[in-house]
Amino acid sequence: MRIRIEPRAQPSRLMGWLSPLLAVVLTLVTGFLFSAFLGMNPVDAFHAFFVAPVDDLYGLGELGVKAAPLALIAVGLAIGFRSNVWNIGAEGQLTFGALVGGGVALWAYEMEGAWILPAMILAGALGGMAWASIPAFLRTRFNTNEILVSLMLNYVALLCLSYLVHGPWRDPEGFNFPESRLFSESAMLPVILEDTRLHAGALLALVAVGLGWVFVKKSFIGYQMQVAGLADTAARYAGFNRKRMIWMGLLIGGAAAGIAGLCEVAGPIGQLLPSVSPGYGYAAIIVAFVGRLHPVGILLASLLMSLLYLGGESAQMELGLPSAVTGVFQGVLLFYLLAADLFINFRIRGATPQGLRSPSKPAEASS
Amino acid sequence: MDTFTAIVLATLGAGTPLVFAALGELITEKSGVLNLGVEGMMLVGAVCGFAVAADSGSIWLGVLTAVAAGAAMALVFAVLTLTFQANQVASGLALTIFGIGLSAFIGLGYTSVALDGMDPVRIPVLSDIPVVGPLLFGLDPLMYLSFALFGAVTWFLYRSKAGLLLRGIGEAPDSAHAIGYPVIRIRYLAVLFGGAMAGLGGAYLALVYTPLWVEEMTAGRGWIALALVVFSTWRPGRVMLGAYLFGGVTILQFHVQGLGIDLPSQLLSMLPYLATIFVLVLISRDINTIRLNAPASIGQAFHPSN
Repeated sequence: MRIRIEPRAQPSRLMGWLSPLLAVVLTLVTGFLFSAFLGMNPVDAFHAFFVAPVDDLYGLGELGVKAAPLALIAVGLAIGFRSNVWNIGAEGQLTFGALVGGGVALWAYEMEGAWILPAMILAGALGGMAWASIPAFLRTRFNTNEILVSLMLNYVALLCLSYLVHGPWRDPEGFNFPESRLFSESAMLPVILEDTRLHAGALLALVAVGLGWVFVKKSFIGYQMQVAGLADTAARYAGFNRKRMIWMGLLIGGAAAGIAGLCEVAGPIGQLLPSVSPGYGYAAIIVAFVGRLHPVGILLASLLMSLLYLGGESAQMELGLPSAVTGVFQGVLLFYLLAADLFINFRIRGATPQGLRSPSKPAEASS
Repeated sequence: MDTFTAIVLATLGAGTPLVFAALGELITEKSGVLNLGVEGMMLVGAVCGFAVAADSGSIWLGVLTAVAAGAAMALVFAVLTLTFQANQVASGLALTIFGIGLSAFIGLGYTSVALDGMDPVRIPVLSDIPVVGPLLFGLDPLMYLSFALFGAVTWFLYRSKAGLLLRGIGEAPDSAHAIGYPVIRIRYLAVLFGGAMAGLGGAYLALVYTPLWVEEMTAGRGWIALALVVFSTWRPGRVMLGAYLFGGVTILQFHVQGLGIDLPSQLLSMLPYLATIFVLVLISRDINTIRLNAPASIGQAFHPSN
């Protein structure tokens, strides 16, 4: 029988929910086959990847430590993605937020006061926004593709940070290692769960998820951006200000990524290093898509992606697999999701001649 | 060899990976498909080519493997976007993320392996002519291949019927489909060609230019290649021009410090990325430049039933 892909009259809401689950299941199946192919016991590999990292309180705390920046960034990015503003420079905005916020921490070195941490968070957000404002300005003023500009700026931000920690901001007592001083106590995010590294940044991420939900569901500009993403012509006809949406999309994404970067350096890291993120800015793009660009979905997807990171580390220790395996499965997960999304707008059915639904169709040569 | 010749040779060398990748992406985009996965395809091409060359001892076998690996990556993208109708931007990003991870995984055992690289061709007598000799008759074989491919792509696009069809599909896939041309099949071929060329660009980087394998060694060259296609306003001649311009910017950082100008190395390393942004702004400033030159259907999914 011939298989035919035909458009649905209405996008399927059911498939919208099912396709991320389908993608996760297919990724797991791929992982099983992959580990068997490498000559491992798939059950052991599964255990090392998904169970061992989170079988104690510390592990669960780590799950939150990594999920927090992913959720925070993804919520911000999703707002842009909904209106087809493709900010893929979150990694750079994160880095620049960490740089500016960390700069405040270094400036306030050995000072005390409850104002330091809020000032750092604000500086982090402003840093991320400043970095995101470059593609926003170039896009709105000179019509320059924001994908390429924001991506190029990832490399530039990393080089800025590298310059500072190799030069002016290097720890004077640090034996020439390229790293800044350790932040003082009042510049560090408090741990919120004893015996873990889970810090107050996780609360910020939860607040961001809530705010994201309000923005998407309750605000007028959020509604306008949704319309622009679904039907650009309709949005233009309605007179929605496209430039404002581009600015909003990029600035919100930049602020979220900047705060996430600050939380990394003021949380688990505690100083500025040449690299402050294991690719959270890129992984958050996947989180945003797997979470269906919806704040609650993003929260769930960030936990899953966090588990992929932890699983990669655990597999490295227990199975001798390289941690690069995490990146492979991140990509595979997104591949499956994008493929499964076909069934939201299309359905598969066996073709019947002339589109007639005859119960007894002639045997057709498969082609 | 005098300094001038050395600089020109280095510029050509730094530009050649971009030539391959950008010419490939040009063909892909001319068919109406935007593949943002160039970086990922280059990396997988680079690592597969390097691994095979290191294990077999044959550079050329490595080059062929890189081409196949790049095309295989592109096939994943093609299945997603052309058969499964997935969003091209998201699929391209996924391909790059996947390629970075996969290449790091494959390349683990090869990070400290050294290869001999590829010897220049050196045509006797002719390559001994001062200045022009080494530049015209003493390049490495893949560089000559890049010139040949430039000629072939230009001829194909503007002088062949198949090229006309490809451009037509990029401009108006519905019309092409209505006349009876297989839009999806031709787009598949265009995407695969783009992947093979990206793989070749990766191979040049890992087997000839460095020759080493380092994680994420493309350092954004795949993205610069994408920017070059926009910069060129989808014309092969300008792709070449842009690629060598960027080659020049890339090697500038090695020469500025040699001239005794004291700038932080990080600032110099930023130059290619800043230059990319700068030329993108220049070329997109006038909205009509892009609108008139970009393939009309670029980035849009096509389904025969629409």
